[in-house]
Amino acid sequence: MTEPIPTPVKPPFWNNPQTRAIAFQVIALVVTVAFGWSIFENTQANLRRLGIASGFDFLSSPAGFDIIQTLIPYSPTSSYGRVFWVGLLNTLLVSALGVVLATLLGFVIGIARLSKNWLISRLALVYIETFRNIPLLLQIFFWYFAVLRAVPAPRQSLSLGDVIFLNIRGLYLPAPQFQPSFGWVIAAFGGAVAASWLLVRWARSRQLATGQQFPALSVSLALLFGLPLATFWLAGSPLEWQIPKLGGFNFQGGWVVIPEMASLLLALTIYTAAFIAEIVRAGIQAVSHGQTEASFSLGLNSGMTLRLIILPQALRVIIPPLTNQYLNLTKNSSLAAAIGYPDLVSAFAGTTLNQTGQAIECIAITMTVYLTISLLISLAMNQYNRRVALVER
Amino acid sequence: MQGFKTVAAVVLSLTASWAYAGTTLNAIKEHGFIKCGISDGLPGFSFADEKGNYNGIDVDVCRAVAAAVFGDPTKVKFTPLTAKERFTALQSGEIDVLSRNTTLTSSRDSAMGLHFTGVTYYDGQGFLVNKKLGVKGAKELNGATVCVQAGTTTELNLSDYFRANKMKFTPITYDKSDESAKSLEAGRCDVLTSDQSQLYAQRIKLAKPDEYVVLPEVISKEPLGPMVRHGDDDWFDIVKWTLFVMVNAEELGVNSKNVEEMKKSTNPDVKRLLGVEGDKGKDFGLANDWMAVVIKQVGNYGEIFERNVGLGSPLKIQRGLNALWNQGGLQYAPPVR
Repeated sequence: MTEPIPTPVKPPFWNNPQTRAIAFQVIALVVTVAFGWSIFENTQANLRRLGIASGFDFLSSPAGFDIIQTLIPYSPTSSYGRVFWVGLLNTLLVSALGVVLATLLGFVIGIARLSKNWLISRLALVYIETFRNIPLLLQIFFWYFAVLRAVPAPRQSLSLGDVIFLNIRGLYLPAPQFQPSFGWVIAAFGGAVAASWLLVRWARSRQLATGQQFPALSVSLALLFGLPLATFWLAGSPLEWQIPKLGGFNFQGGWVVIPEMASLLLALTIYTAAFIAEIVRAGIQAVSHGQTEASFSLGLNSGMTLRLIILPQALRVIIPPLTNQYLNLTKNSSLAAAIGYPDLVSAFAGTTLNQTGQAIECIAITMTVYLTISLLISLAMNQYNRRVALVER
Repeated sequence: MQGFKTVAAVVLSLTASWAYAGTTLNAIKEHGFIKCGISDGLPGFSFADEKGNYNGIDVDVCRAVAAAVFGDPTKVKFTPLTAKERFTALQSGEIDVLSRNTTLTSSRDSAMGLHFTGVTYYDGQGFLVNKKLGVKGAKELNGATVCVQAGTTTELNLSDYFRANKMKFTPITYDKSDESAKSLEAGRCDVLTSDQSQLYAQRIKLAKPDEYVVLPEVISKEPLGPMVRHGDDDWFDIVKWTLFVMVNAEELGVNSKNVEEMKKSTNPDVKRLLGVEGDKGKDFGLANDWMAVVIKQVGNYGEIFERNVGLGSPLKIQRGLNALWNQGGLQYAPPVR
């Protein structure tokens, strides 16, 4: 006698793993939304109860205070919204300059770290180990309170040919005053850029087709410098320099790099460059040594090997962590508040917040801006990474 | 499902406790101390001595409130705050009272949701400059670089003053008053601007105080006083009247030394103040003699002024506007009755 095969009992629906998985997801979502909503509701209720103004109307009311460095026209009668843009541009300025300088310095140090010259590689090592192991805020203080405080007072300024002056108030540079016909020079430069781009393309395709080389680099350099210079001379030198002059308390006129900006930029560059150097070293070492040997045996010299063989492969390893460093640098620029550089955090999330008392709005705006900047940098770097990444054929 | 219930309960209780937090006074009595926000180091107003004890007018105001609530002036937890942090700290409940040489203005009273409880010090904005510059008055400051603290009324007055007088200046805005002072010393700025009392206080912290001079101009009204949050009237009354009690005590000649003796006084004003007659103290929900305790343990307004910023202190500031109303000043308190 054979036992009848029992029909399988359908388990209750709550024991079905798939139902469970969905149920838990739904619960997690509901709890998260409820939590977020309750925070929002509470904030609203508490703001009302305490009679604190809320909303974004304050952005259009006049600010009433001055700011030391503004890239766009600004006066105390401008609005808080204007303060936001002033702060944002100051943040972007120091971040952009920092990213460029830190990359240049970082690549140089990183390559120097791998130099066969013992002294150079040791110097690079000391640089890296020193600067990446000292907190950034301390480095900012070092540059601001120790180094840049040691320069003389305005009346005893150090000068370079009586056109550039350095004192405790900053570095004063002659400001270019562009005349209307300077537009021709800019147009000539634009033309030169386009011409060199075409030239380089043509030279490359000709080399591919015939093997003949054309000195594209030197010709385009000559174009890039020669064409604008010639136009400048032909247009009758449409550029004057406004030389800073000592008058009253300070130098007047010209461009000034304030010490707050200089020390922040120095600290950000030097600190981040140490990390970038390590990333570059790691990227280069990740390229198998066989590549170098193959390149040498093909007759390429060491400079060409680095430029044509090693770096393109190393970039694949370098770009992702490099993106992190750019993000860090941008976010670290908010330490500006410690030394009075009027960046977004200092001018907007600091002074504006305090004058209006609208902490939630100011902080929310500031956080959103940093998030946006970071995501944009990420996006751009990911695009670039896709271009240099290994393409499988 | 048990998990969901627990989570829901936690969420509900969390939000409930946020929305319906008890009154400040109840919370303070429960904690057993007052959370008081003070400045980050300003001689005469709130300054830690070598032993780490806080001294100053602003500190004494909080001690007096603690004496009123607990009968013990030491039941205070002090939180040093920068000018930028102070209002958020009070709004968010991190502190119960802000006693931090803060100027009473309309927007702080309205849009920020805060209450000023009175004026502890009538001040005005001035300029501190190095004598070497040879500047005799504020009108000669055209083109100067000025150090100023971020997020203060000073920052706004400065712009107004230079604009009104058609002068230019370069502002350098620091978070901490110490940084402004350091920058003035180093020559990064020509002028340090702040409330005059603060300038005198900053000056004694400089390495060579004698080389610096406070210019004669006073460019603004700066009535400084303690603040509390909106929506808590009992607590507001106590902080407000603690100050009034101290001013009344000075006017009536009651001080920390003679308070016991004065309880025998026949003056009905004194009797009411010291809780000998009537139950004016109880009306605040405190001990009936809390006013006497405040005077005994902390002192009257004159005593506080003299020991912290007056002629008996390193700052040597005259009473001036801060004298009693019947002695040519502005300090005037409503009667206890």
